[in-house]
Amino acid sequence: MSELLINFSIAILLLPLVGFIIVVFLGKRFPKFYLFEVILLGIALVLSIIVLYSKLVYLNTTDVTASFTWISMSNSPAVGSISIELGFKIDNVTALMLFVVNLISFLVHVFSIEYMRGDKRYTRYFAYLGIFTFSMLGIVLTHNLLMMYIFWELVGLSSYLLIGFWFEKKSASDAAKKAFIVNRIGDIGMFIGILILFTQYKTFTFDVIYQQIASGILPFESNAWLTAAGILVFMGAVGKSAQFPLHVWLPDAMEGPTPVSALIHAATMVAAGVYLLVRIFVMLTADAMLVIAVVGAFTSLVAATIALTQNDIKKVLAYSTVSQLGYMVMSVGVGAYAFAFFHLVTHAFFKACLFLGSGSVIHAMHHEQDIRNMGGLKKKMPLTYYTFLISTLAISGVPLFSGFLSKDGILAGTLAFGKLTGHWLIPIMGFTVAGLTAFYMFRLVILTFHGKPADHHKYEHAHESPFVMTAPLVILAVLSIFIWYTPNPIGADAGWVLKNWIKTPTQVTPLETRFEFMKPTNSSRDSKTEVHQEVTHSVEYTEAIHWAHYPAMFLSLAVAALGILIAFIFYQWKKLNADKLAGKLKLLYNFSLNKWFLDELYDKTAVAGTLNFSSILAWFDNKIVDGIVNGSAALTRFTSKMSGLFDTFVVDGAVNFTAFFSGFVGLSFKKLQTGKVQTYIVFVVFAVIILLVFFKPF
Amino acid sequence: MLQVGLTHFLIISAVLFSLGIYGIITRKNAVMVLMGIELVLNSANINFVAFSRFGNFGLNGQVIALFVIILAAAEAAIALAIVLNIYKTFTNVNVDEIDHLKE
Repeated sequence: MSELLINFSIAILLLPLVGFIIVVFLGKRFPKFYLFEVILLGIALVLSIIVLYSKLVYLNTTDVTASFTWISMSNSPAVGSISIELGFKIDNVTALMLFVVNLISFLVHVFSIEYMRGDKRYTRYFAYLGIFTFSMLGIVLTHNLLMMYIFWELVGLSSYLLIGFWFEKKSASDAAKKAFIVNRIGDIGMFIGILILFTQYKTFTFDVIYQQIASGILPFESNAWLTAAGILVFMGAVGKSAQFPLHVWLPDAMEGPTPVSALIHAATMVAAGVYLLVRIFVMLTADAMLVIAVVGAFTSLVAATIALTQNDIKKVLAYSTVSQLGYMVMSVGVGAYAFAFFHLVTHAFFKACLFLGSGSVIHAMHHEQDIRNMGGLKKKMPLTYYTFLISTLAISGVPLFSGFLSKDGILAGTLAFGKLTGHWLIPIMGFTVAGLTAFYMFRLVILTFHGKPADHHKYEHAHESPFVMTAPLVILAVLSIFIWYTPNPIGADAGWVLKNWIKTPTQVTPLETRFEFMKPTNSSRDSKTEVHQEVTHSVEYTEAIHWAHYPAMFLSLAVAALGILIAFIFYQWKKLNADKLAGKLKLLYNFSLNKWFLDELYDKTAVAGTLNFSSILAWFDNKIVDGIVNGSAALTRFTSKMSGLFDTFVVDGAVNFTAFFSGFVGLSFKKLQTGKVQTYIVFVVFAVIILLVFFKPF
Repeated sequence: MLQVGLTHFLIISAVLFSLGIYGIITRKNAVMVLMGIELVLNSANINFVAFSRFGNFGLNGQVIALFVIILAAAEAAIALAIVLNIYKTFTNVNVDEIDHLKE
């Protein structure tokens, strides 16, 4: 059984890659080949359903791992022996995530067939979707940080390609660059965090690292380093999951095609950060968790306040995504591990549905994205409307829908956290965001689908989308109903997701670095474990969760109802005028409309700072480095000139002098050679006489 | 009575040789130069014969004298042929003007 799982997982991972290779290389010649990609994704979806079913039913409690040694060095200099393993780990979280990613990816592929029709890079679009799905599945399946990082970057790359898919538009190519660079900032932190762990443990494998931490081996023998490693790896999640302060790329990423926004920038890729947190949850210390909780809570609040005033349908959804991701991160931070992942799953479905629904609307309205120009579309596109409404109800936290279950769990977790640790600001933020979410989501629904059409010309031409676009909407909307997760519409705990599938793992961090309530106590083993399976949590946590259960539920219901009511008062019944209120609260309104001026702030500080620094470096290059280069060039020229002079005057002089001297001697003795025989004879005679006189032979 | 001895022959030979050399050096006409050469050769002949008579060499000297005479005849023949060719080329046989070897 476990071998089957592994083989299927390898197939699931590689199928989209095969599709990518086929489509990207042959797509131009055979435009129909994009269907390959869709079919392969369909096969991968079927396989992932099989994996999910067999994992949950037959191997519910055992995890399957498969790995091989990639690099093995017995005694390399400076680091000693290293063996780096690559491999898969399939636990329940992985299996669920495989299903979620494959399902949404497949639905988005199907949706895109119609949505992207007529685009001039139609096949390339599908190839990019394929490489993205491959990378995302790699993140999901991996059992070590190295592969996680590699696929992490691949996901960043495919995100970059897809955001900048319409790169002829300046805003799209800018957004792609922004996403890539902002993500890099987070990834640097993640990389350092991974290296801290690697330096100590000489391995990237999660389980081996956790075992060693559990046995008391800490990075550099200190709890602080463990906290630092946790926070640094979390930085990767801050970038990828668009947490404050690196959330600015995600709203801009909406420049990409809408199905891409649904797949990557709402449902799966941005959830990779949360998935990473779920993976490293057991090694997070209390300090790291507090940081994570605060970052998440603050992110959700910031994004929710911004979403209130946005007028672009996709921007509203983008900020709601950031806000929900903040929820998930906060949930990990407060120790509500199971609910974080649960919310990831439910959010993936209803947010993908919302985005695809917005795609359907945009498609129908001929690429109109401003909700002020919409309205009344309920009659024209009933299917889109009802699926959109279901998803909105889910995200707003209305009972009977999936979002209520996971959000309620998160809010209860924060409430218990507040009670146990005294950090009450986190639950307060959480409940505020719940209300704001309900408000802005219904504002979106009302302005888009209810009321009277604002732009009659476009309204007349609007039409319900074809079957391949509405079918994914229906599937995703159906998955947003509670019955898939739990039989009890107001309590997720009884459901199979939390009862059997997702279990909070035991933390491995040293006891003194955990929150009080994360420490295991003996009594928690016997009495109340049947309600909350987490043996890792103390009795007081279990009690706190119980205490928080009903207040959290009623409070979240109340704020959601309040938010929805206010939205109806403002936009449906128009009892109050939103514009007037905005005029009165001009300062706050502008603050929200301009996204807290964060982009401007970054432009002024980070971007301008980088530019200034670059110009300083450019000056340094121009003056100092070039000066050195030019100086050495001048010096070389000077010495060359000198040696040239030496050559011309001394060496050539010597040569010429030799020649001249020989010539002179020759000229002077030339006179002796008269050519007259008689002269020679005279010489001979005189020579003989001289010889006779001088040598006296006789 | 003065006895004629080797010394007298050698003196005559030396005088003859000097005259020959003088002729070779001073005459402009190539034929006259050749005649000087004859004189030099013949002075050598006298020496050979004289040493043959007064020395203890047997007839060797006389034989060599004969060889020299033959050689002189051959030399005269070739030299006169050369002189004729020179005359054909330069229309005179003045050795002063025939200094093309210089260049």
